[in-house]
Amino acid sequence: MKHFIDTIKSTYGKYKVIVWIICSLLLLIFPALIPSNYVMGVVCRILFYATLAGSLNVINGYSGQMCIGHAGFFCIGAYIEAILATQYHINFWVLLLVGGIITAIIGGLIALPTLRMQGIYLSIITLGFSEVVRLIALNWTSVTGGAMGVKGIKSPTLLGFTLSSPKQYYYIFLVIGIVFIFVTNRIINSRTGSAWISIREDELAARSLGIEIKKYKILNFMYGAFWAGVMGAAYAPYTRYIDSTYFSLDEGFNILSMVIIGGQGTLIGPILGAAVVNSLTELLRSFSEWRMVAYAVLIIAMMWLRPQGLVGASDSVLAGDKMKKKKIKVLAKEEK
Amino acid sequence: MGTLLETQNVCKYFGGLKAVENVDMKVEKGDIFGIIGPNGAGKTTFFNICSGFYAPTHGKIIFNNNDISGVSPDKIARLGMARTFQNIQLFKYMSVLDNVKTGFHIKTESTMTDAILHTNRYKKDKEYVNEKSIEVLKKVGLSKYAETKAGNLAYGIQRKVEIARALALDPTIILLDEPAAGMNPNETDSLREFIKQLNEDGYTIVVIEHDMKFVMRSCNQILVLSFGQKICEGTPEIVKADEQVHQAYFGKGIIAGKGLQ
Repeated sequence: MKHFIDTIKSTYGKYKVIVWIICSLLLLIFPALIPSNYVMGVVCRILFYATLAGSLNVINGYSGQMCIGHAGFFCIGAYIEAILATQYHINFWVLLLVGGIITAIIGGLIALPTLRMQGIYLSIITLGFSEVVRLIALNWTSVTGGAMGVKGIKSPTLLGFTLSSPKQYYYIFLVIGIVFIFVTNRIINSRTGSAWISIREDELAARSLGIEIKKYKILNFMYGAFWAGVMGAAYAPYTRYIDSTYFSLDEGFNILSMVIIGGQGTLIGPILGAAVVNSLTELLRSFSEWRMVAYAVLIIAMMWLRPQGLVGASDSVLAGDKMKKKKIKVLAKEEK
Repeated sequence: MGTLLETQNVCKYFGGLKAVENVDMKVEKGDIFGIIGPNGAGKTTFFNICSGFYAPTHGKIIFNNNDISGVSPDKIARLGMARTFQNIQLFKYMSVLDNVKTGFHIKTESTMTDAILHTNRYKKDKEYVNEKSIEVLKKVGLSKYAETKAGNLAYGIQRKVEIARALALDPTIILLDEPAAGMNPNETDSLREFIKQLNEDGYTIVVIEHDMKFVMRSCNQILVLSFGQKICEGTPEIVKADEQVHQAYFGKGIIAGKGLQ
C-alpha cells in the first residue's frame, strides 16, 4: 500500500503540470461529457457538499473543536439569500458574500460563550444552536415564511445569462469550491493555520508559546461559518425553494459524516467524503430508510478503524492511539 | 543586575486546599534559580502561577517591572517568559522543525489576509521563521533530528526539543519544570552542561528539580517549598545547612542531613 502511494506521488511529481492541465480540462468539459441531468445533479451535490464539509473540516479537523451543528450556519446563509433575493432583489453574487459575512459574525458570537467549553460540551452547544436556528426559521413566519418556506428564489444571472440547470450550477459550485480550497490552503500553511493546528495538537503547549487561544478559536469558527454561509447562499437559488426541514439535525450529521468518513485535517478529505457519501446515497436510494443504517455502520466502523477518516491527517492527534498501536505492531514485526 | 522575576505573598487556594501560601521569591537577572521541595509541595502550582496558567488567589507577581498577576499565559509569553512542562507537552505528531517553527508565533505578525494574498509581510515572516528555526536547532544541537517526528524521539531529546521550542520565543527567562525527570545520569550531566550554556548565553533560568546533585551543582540560588510554604531561600550552602529543609525531606529522624551532601 505504501509502495503504491509512493509510486503515485513520484509520478505526480514528475508530471505535475500535465496532471494539472488534464484535471482542469476534465473538470471544465465535464458537463459536456455527461448528458444526463440526473447524474449532473448528483455531481452538483458532491461539489456542493465538498465545500460545505470542507468548511466544517476547518473547525473540526484543523483546530480540533467539535462542531456538530453546522446545519445552523448553512441555514442562516440560505435564508439570508432567499429573503434578500426575493424581497429586496439583491444580486446573487453580492448575497454570496453578504450571507457569508453575516454567518461569520453569528459564528463568532456563538464561539464567544463557548470558549470555556471543550470537546463534548462545545458539541452540545453547537447542536442546540442548530436547532434554535431551525426553530426560528420555522416559527418566525413574517420573515421566513414559517412552515411554508421561501418560494420562487430567482436563479442567478451572469453577463445576461440565467444560470439555472445543474450543468450551469456545476460551474458555480466548482468555482466556489476552487476558491475555497485555494484560500483555505493558503491560510492553513500560514501562521494562522499553524496556530489552529497547534491548538488541536496540544492546547497547553500552544498557550505557553504565546498563541492567543481565544482569538484563534473565534477566528477559526468564523472562518468555518463564513463558508457555510456562502454555501447556504449558493444553495437557496439552486433548489429555488427552502424551508426549515432542509436544515434539520439530520443535515448537520450528514455533513459531519462526510468529514468523518472522508478525513479530518486534510483538504482532500471532505471532498472524498462528499463523493463517497453522496454516491452511496444514490446507490442506496431504493432502500430508502435503510441507507441511514448504512451510514451509521460506516461512521462507527470509521471511528473504530480509522478515526482520522479515509485520507485524514494521520500525523495528528486525530489519528491518536490507533496509529501508535499500528506502529508498535510494525516495530514488533520488524524485531522478529 | 536587578530583579527580573519577583513574587510577593503569592497564594493559590483550590477550595480549602492551600496549594501555595505566601511565597516570596526574587530571581536576579542572569541567575540559575532552583526550586526544590518534597512531592506535593506546590512547586508546579507555583510555576503555573508565575507563567499565568493559574491566577494567584492573593499576592503579586512582578516580571521585568510589569505586574503580571492574573495575566493570561500568552501575554506573559510575549513579555519574554518561556516555560516547559513536567510531562513534556510537545506537538508529538509534528516534526522537530515544525515544533520549533510554531514557537515563532509571537515573533511574526502576518494575518489571514497576508496569507491569502501572499503579501511581502507573509513572505518575510516565512523566511524569518525558516532561517531562525534552523538556527535554534543548530544552537541546541538537534539539527540531525529536524525532520523526525517529535513523539518518536528518546525522552531526553524530547526535553531538549521542548527547550528549543521555548527558545524560539526569544525569552529573557526560561522556567524549566523538572527537566531531568526520567533521565539517566549521563543525560542529566549533559543537560546540566546545556543549561549552564544557556545561562552563559544570557538566559535567566528558573528550574524545578528533584535531582539534588543537579540542583546543588548548577543553581546559584535555591528556594525550598514544603506544603505550599517557603521554608528556605538562599545559596546551596545555606540550603544544605538548613534544619527545616532536612526536616521536610527526612523528617525529624536520625539520618537527617545525609542526602544533601
